[in-house]
Amino acid sequence: MKMDLGKAAMTTPRPLAIEARGLVKRFDGFTAVDGVDLSVPEGAIYGVLGPNGAGKTTSLRMLLGIIDPDAGFRRVLGAERPHDMAHAIGYLPEERGLYPTMKAFEAIAFLGALRGLPLAEGRRRGRRLLEDNGLGYAADRQIRQLSKGMAQQVQLLGTLVHEPRLVVFDEPFSGLDALNQGRLERVIRGLAAKGTTVIFSTHVIAHAERLCDEVARCHSPVRSTWRATASRRRSGWRPAPRTAPGARRSPPRPGTRARSGTSPCRTAGSSRCCAR
Amino acid sequence: MKTGRLSTIAAALVMARRDFTAILFSRSFVFFLLAPFFPVVVAMVAGGIGQKVQQSTARAELGVVMSAADGAALSAARDQLAREVDPGLPEIRLVRRLAPGETADAAAELRRSSAAAIVSGSLAHPVLTGTEDRIAAWQGPVALIAGTALQKVPTAWPEVTPSPTVTSNADRRESRAGTAQGAQTLLFLLTMVLAGMVLSNLVEEKGNKIIEVLAAAIPMDAVFLGKLFAMLGVSMVAIAVWTGVAGLALAGGQHLPDVAAPGVGWPAFVALGVVYFAMAYLLLGSVFLAIGSMAATVRDVQSLSFPVTMLQLVVFLFATYAAAQPGQPIELAAAVIPFSSPFTMLARAANDGALWPHFAAIAWQALWVAVSVRIGARLFRTRVMKSGTGGAPRRPGLLRRLVRNTQG
Repeated sequence: MKMDLGKAAMTTPRPLAIEARGLVKRFDGFTAVDGVDLSVPEGAIYGVLGPNGAGKTTSLRMLLGIIDPDAGFRRVLGAERPHDMAHAIGYLPEERGLYPTMKAFEAIAFLGALRGLPLAEGRRRGRRLLEDNGLGYAADRQIRQLSKGMAQQVQLLGTLVHEPRLVVFDEPFSGLDALNQGRLERVIRGLAAKGTTVIFSTHVIAHAERLCDEVARCHSPVRSTWRATASRRRSGWRPAPRTAPGARRSPPRPGTRARSGTSPCRTAGSSRCCAR
Repeated sequence: MKTGRLSTIAAALVMARRDFTAILFSRSFVFFLLAPFFPVVVAMVAGGIGQKVQQSTARAELGVVMSAADGAALSAARDQLAREVDPGLPEIRLVRRLAPGETADAAAELRRSSAAAIVSGSLAHPVLTGTEDRIAAWQGPVALIAGTALQKVPTAWPEVTPSPTVTSNADRRESRAGTAQGAQTLLFLLTMVLAGMVLSNLVEEKGNKIIEVLAAAIPMDAVFLGKLFAMLGVSMVAIAVWTGVAGLALAGGQHLPDVAAPGVGWPAFVALGVVYFAMAYLLLGSVFLAIGSMAATVRDVQSLSFPVTMLQLVVFLFATYAAAQPGQPIELAAAVIPFSSPFTMLARAANDGALWPHFAAIAWQALWVAVSVRIGARLFRTRVMKSGTGGAPRRPGLLRRLVRNTQG
């Protein structure tokens, strides 16, 4: 079974939703990200796993075009300027933010409009999504009148209202209770079942193991080590298949395969930061 | 329904629509609309108080310590002169009637009475006792009144038949200068208030963490443009409301002020005023937004925007001074310098009827608005999210794209 998958992957490689090579980002002389490589196949659930401060958010921001890298190359859904494909991307940042005076359904419509969805259609979908998720009663309430959890759900619905092909979640589980974490996991699986590529960052291994087809691990135990080694050997991420000892394996979803043969550090269970 | 890629302009419109409606339907906008009425009320109250103070000053009396006959003659002469020549002549009050041969200490009488000064002696040799300022102010009037009382000036004044005209060239020039200065001041106040609003709006957005959601979806240039144009739209609504209320108040009171028609005529003047306001606002707004991108807190905003506000005040004073020197090199300089140009040209529209300089000035200002917005947007982009410079191919500039299309 494993071999078949590998062969299939080599003979008919799936196109990449995200491809990044050697991304570098410095802030005021401090190198936050140094030489990140990433290949995310279309339709995959892809986890970016690493400790706090490892540069996960900065890397995702570069991939989305929120900030430009100081060096390196990125291609998102075939576009070298991510904003060109913004209409096909959804993004839920770690620090959630909505306009406090906006009504819930308007907030969803606005997030859709930012991604090119006509406002009237966004409003219609906003109301429907809120109804479907048990929040219909709050559609006309202002964001500031909602609880934190409800506001987070509204922002999640706004992230998905335009039916993106690629969804990026930055630490999506932080601040959620167990019930809502489970709900979000179901949302992510549902997206993937429809062929949407999902990439999310997390520092919780369990989430990555439960959900991901592939996990990019960033092993930077302490930032000083990262910085100290940066000049000698550029730290990077490589996709590592979910075959770490002790990891629970679930059968791959139909139509998704682990990308093979792309990384020199594809040692199963490798816990090193790959060096060039 | 499929979504499509938004152009920068379309994305800016999404942003502008959000900001426009959010501001328009907020409580702070109501206070913003009411804001100009507070200074008007304060000015009216202050004006009333000032008038009362002036009236009390005008009521300062000239005490007379003379013989009864001289006193009566002096009082009659004063009333006649006040009627025919100068209503502002000091009121006269007989403080003490002197008996023939009696003398009086005028300084002592001044201390005892409430008069501002004392005139004593005789009509031929009046003595004015009072403070130096009061003597300087009243010396001439006292001589005139005493002379009239002695009948050394004509007592029968020829009748002058009035033949009033609406205005004269001298009056028009003076009045237009007033119109120019008023328009400049209004433009300056509006620009400062609205540029300040766009700044606080941005800081609030950064505080709400929304900026990252925006930056992920649309280019920061679009966010910048959207905010700028939303506030321009809001300001146009505010101006329309203020103009309407002022018009109603004036029409209702049946008291239209005697404001001279500007050189280019009222319709063109109003149109030019709107255009120059837009230019001044866009120039200053882009500077303020760039400042906002560097500020994290309201305190940062205050400390960063203070020098710019002071600089803008200097620019305004420069434009006001230049407007008073029509045709001089300084007026040309003020019209050329981008930040003072809208103010100077609006004053010119009030003073002069030629229209072509305005077309040239608007083209020149539009060029600088484009440059300013461009630089502001770039600063905004690099400062708000601390973006880098590499990593992605840049979209060619508009000029390069035009050349390429022409060649292709």
